[in-house]
Amino acid sequence: MKLIFEKSVPGRHCDLLGKCDVAAAELPQKYLRATPPELPELSEVDVSRHYTELNQHVHGVNCGFYPLGSCTMKYNPRVDEEMAALPGFTAVHPLAPEAHTRGCRAVLDTAAQYLCEISGMDAMTFQPAAGAHGEFTGVLLIKQYHDARGDTARRKIIVPDSAHGTNPATAAMCGFEVVNIPSAPDGCVDLDALKAALGEDTAGLMLTNPNTVGIFDENILEITKLVHEAGGLCYYDGANLNAVMGVVRPGDMGFDCIHMNLHKTFATPHGGGGPGAGAVGCKEFLKPYLPASALMDGAGKKQVRAFAGNFLVVVRALTYLMTLGCEGVPEAAKNAVLNANYLMQRVKGTFEPAFDRICMHEFVLDLSEYKKETGVSALDVAKSLIDYGMHPPTMYFPLIVHEALMLEPTETESKQTLDWAADVFRKLYALGKTDSETMHAAPHHAQIGRPDEVKAARNPIVRWYNDSETETVRGAGN
Amino acid sequence: MSYVPSTPAERQEMLSAVGLKDWRELYRDVPPQMLLTKPLNIPHAMSELEASRAMQALAAQNTQFSLILRGAGAYDHYIPSIVKSVPAKEEFLTAYTPYQAEMSQGVLQSIFEYQTMICELTGMDVSNASVYDGATAAAEAAAACRDRKRRVTLISGAVNPDTIETVRTYCYGTNDELRVIPVKDGKTDPDALNELLTEDVSAVIVQQPNFFGLLEDAEALGEIAHAGGAQYVMSCNPIALGILKTPRECGADLAVGEGQPLGLPLGFGGPYLGYMAATKAMMRKLPGRIVGETTDSNGQRAYVLSLQAREQHIRREKASSNICSNEALCALTAAVYLSVMGPNGLAEAARQCMAKAHYLCEQLTKLPGVERVHSGDYFHEFVTTLPKREQVLAALEAEGILGGLPVEGGVLWCATEKAEKAALDRAVEIVKEVLAK
Repeated sequence: MKLIFEKSVPGRHCDLLGKCDVAAAELPQKYLRATPPELPELSEVDVSRHYTELNQHVHGVNCGFYPLGSCTMKYNPRVDEEMAALPGFTAVHPLAPEAHTRGCRAVLDTAAQYLCEISGMDAMTFQPAAGAHGEFTGVLLIKQYHDARGDTARRKIIVPDSAHGTNPATAAMCGFEVVNIPSAPDGCVDLDALKAALGEDTAGLMLTNPNTVGIFDENILEITKLVHEAGGLCYYDGANLNAVMGVVRPGDMGFDCIHMNLHKTFATPHGGGGPGAGAVGCKEFLKPYLPASALMDGAGKKQVRAFAGNFLVVVRALTYLMTLGCEGVPEAAKNAVLNANYLMQRVKGTFEPAFDRICMHEFVLDLSEYKKETGVSALDVAKSLIDYGMHPPTMYFPLIVHEALMLEPTETESKQTLDWAADVFRKLYALGKTDSETMHAAPHHAQIGRPDEVKAARNPIVRWYNDSETETVRGAGN
Repeated sequence: MSYVPSTPAERQEMLSAVGLKDWRELYRDVPPQMLLTKPLNIPHAMSELEASRAMQALAAQNTQFSLILRGAGAYDHYIPSIVKSVPAKEEFLTAYTPYQAEMSQGVLQSIFEYQTMICELTGMDVSNASVYDGATAAAEAAAACRDRKRRVTLISGAVNPDTIETVRTYCYGTNDELRVIPVKDGKTDPDALNELLTEDVSAVIVQQPNFFGLLEDAEALGEIAHAGGAQYVMSCNPIALGILKTPRECGADLAVGEGQPLGLPLGFGGPYLGYMAATKAMMRKLPGRIVGETTDSNGQRAYVLSLQAREQHIRREKASSNICSNEALCALTAAVYLSVMGPNGLAEAARQCMAKAHYLCEQLTKLPGVERVHSGDYFHEFVTTLPKREQVLAALEAEGILGGLPVEGGVLWCATEKAEKAALDRAVEIVKEVLAK
C-alpha cells in the first residue's frame, strides 16, 4: 500500500475553515519555523480512500474471532459508540463550571458506584488512562499509605513470575524493589515462596486472580491474609476480572485496591492499541490518596494525568453496564468461563492445555512437546491461524509456560464460532505432523508474509522521508 | 442484555460437553463462602432503547456553549467531518495493538504515518505511537532523560499546572526531585533556570506557548539547559507548530505535548493524545510502541512493532516505562486531521486562532479595568485583569458563552478559529455591560 505521503500532490487541499473575519496578528520572525511541516496535500476523497484501504487491512473484533489471551477482545456494542459521540458529552470543556457539567459528573459518579459494587471497593478514580496507568496509580496508593504512616522501610513489592510485564515495571516506576516469586506447579501462588518473601520490608503484593494461566487461586484468602499480617497491602490487577465479575469480588478476596480495564471487561473498544481507561478502586482507608486534577479540583493531591481521565471511554462503559444490569454482569462472566472451558475441551486431545483442569475465562496451551516432536512452534501455529481469518492467541505468555498459546474466547462468541475454531486447531495439529514446512512458512494468504523483525530493529526506519531529500537526513538508524 | 449469543440450550450442551452439570461447577476453585449470594446492587438490565434514553438524559444535563473562550490545556477547535468518520470505522475501532503484523498492516501503517507527521511538526527524527496525554508525555520525557548521576528534573512554573503535578507525581514514584523554575512576567525566568541548573539536573521542561499563552524565548532556554549538561524538553501545542519554530529548531532533545487540538473533541478531558518525539540520539529512550518499516518474506515493504527491547513485556522491572495500551485511535484521529488540513490548512488554523485571540484581547482591554497582565508575545491565550470576575463569567454563561478560566490575577482567555467576530463582539459587549453596572 502506498503511504499517504506518496499520494500527496502539491497544491491539492480541502477547504475547511474559510476566510478569517478579523485582522491577522503577526508574530516576530524569531518565533516562526523556517519551512512548513511536510504534511500530505490531498483532497478529501484521497484521504477517505486512503484510510478505507488501510481499514481493509485490519482485523477487528467485528471481523472475526480474536482470542487474544489476557486482552478480553469481546464485542464492542455500537450503542456505546453512539452515546460517546453525543454532543452533550463531546462538547464539554473539562474546566467548565460544575453547574454546567452535571451530566458528566453524574456519569462518573454512577460508573464509580457500579464499579465499586462490582469490585467490592469503596471509592474510585477514573483518572488513569489505561491498565498499566491504573497499576501505577494503585501502587502509588500503597506507597502513599506507608509514607503517611512513616513506614518507609517497606521497599519491596512482591510479584509472581506469572505476572504481566506491566506489574514489575509498575513497581519499579513507584520506586519499589521487585521481588519475583516462583509459581507453584499448578500455576498458583506458592505459599511457601510467598511466606519466605514477606517481611518488614514488604510494601505489598500485586496479583491477578484468576491468574495469567486462567486459574482461580483457591488460597486467595490465605494469601491476602499473609500479606496483611506482614504489614503489606494487596493490589488486584483487574486484567482478568471478566471471569468473575458479579460472581466474586476482589474486595471480598482481601484486596485493598484494584484497577479495572474498561476497554477489556466493560466492552469499550481497543482502538488499535487504545484509548482504554483504567479505573482504580480502593478501600475507604486509601481514599485520601486517590489522585485528582490540580486545575479541576485544586492542588494538594497526587495526579497521574490531566483532568478527569478518559471520560468518553467511561461513557461507553456506563452504557454497557446499564444494558447488562445486575443480571447481565454475572451472565457475561459465566459465559466467558463456559466458552473458555468448552473451547479447551474441544481442542484437548491435540494441543494440550498447560494445566488440565477447569479454567476460568482463558487457558494456556503448552506446545513444547509438540514442538519437540514436529519442529512446529507456537509461533508457527499462530501464524497458520491467520490464514483461517482467526487472530492468533497471545504467544509466549505467561513466561512460566514454554511454547505457550493463551486463548481467551470471551462470552460474545457463539458455540458455532468455538466449534469452528477448535476444528481449525485440530486441522493445524494434524498438518504440523505431516507438513511442518507449510506451517513454518505461514501465513500464506495474509496481507504480508512474515516480516523481518530483526531487520526492523537493526536498521530502524521509523518515519517516512521525502526521496528528494539528501541521504544525510535519511533514516533514523545507522 | 449481555451480548452473549449462545442460547440456553446451547449453554447446557456446552456445559455437558465439559462434563459439568451447572455453572457453579465452573467456579469450584472459588471458596464457596466468597461467592456472591445476592444480585449486585446495580440497576436491572436495560434494553438498548432504555439505556440510550438514560444516557441522553445525562448528556442533556450538561451545557453546550455556543462559544468557548476557555483553553488551559483543552481547546475547542473545528473538527472536520471526515476526522470523526474515519476513526469510527469498525476495524480500526475494534482491533487491538498490532502484535500480529500479518493481519494488522492497516493499523501499523497508520501509526507509521502518524509518527512521520509528528516528526514533521516537531522537526524530530523519531516519534512513538502515542502516550496517554500531554501531561504524561512530559512525565515520561522526564524519566527518559534520567541517568544514574543526573536525577533532578526542572520544570517551568509557566507549564500547565496539571502537567506540573503529573510530573511531580511520577517523580514521587521514582523518589526523584522536581524543581519548579520561577516565572517572571509570565515566562520562564532564564536567570532562575541558570541558578537551579546543578550537576544533577537531567532535564529542563518548558511549554510553548506556555500556560499563560505566552511565547517563551525557547532557544535561549535550551542553550542554558544544554550549557548545564541537561536535556531540553519542549511541550508544544501542535496547532501552533503549524507556524512556530519547531522544538528541534529551538534545540530540544525531546518534543512532547497534548495532541487534543488535532481533531479530538473536548470530551470533558479525554480521551486525549500524548505525543512524544525525539532526536535520533534519544530514540532508544522513548517509551511506548514504535512502528518501523521492514520487508516481509516476499521482499515487500511491511510495517512492524519495532525496538521492543525497550518495553515492559520484555524488560519487566528494568523497563523505562510500564506503558502498554496507548491512545492509538486518537493518534489515528490526529493523523486524519493533519491529512485533511495539510501544511497550509494547519498554518491557517494557527493564524486564525492567533488573529481571533488578538482581536478579543484588543477589544477586552479597551474596557475599564481590563488589562493584560503580562507583556510578552502570545499565541491564542492571554491573561487579563477582570473586575467583577464572577459576575462577568456568570453573565457570559447565561448567554451560552464559556468565558476564560479564573487564574491568579485575573482570567486566562482563549480564542480559536471557531470564534466568529460577531460572537466575540457579543462576548465583549456582555463584559462591558456587567462592568458598567
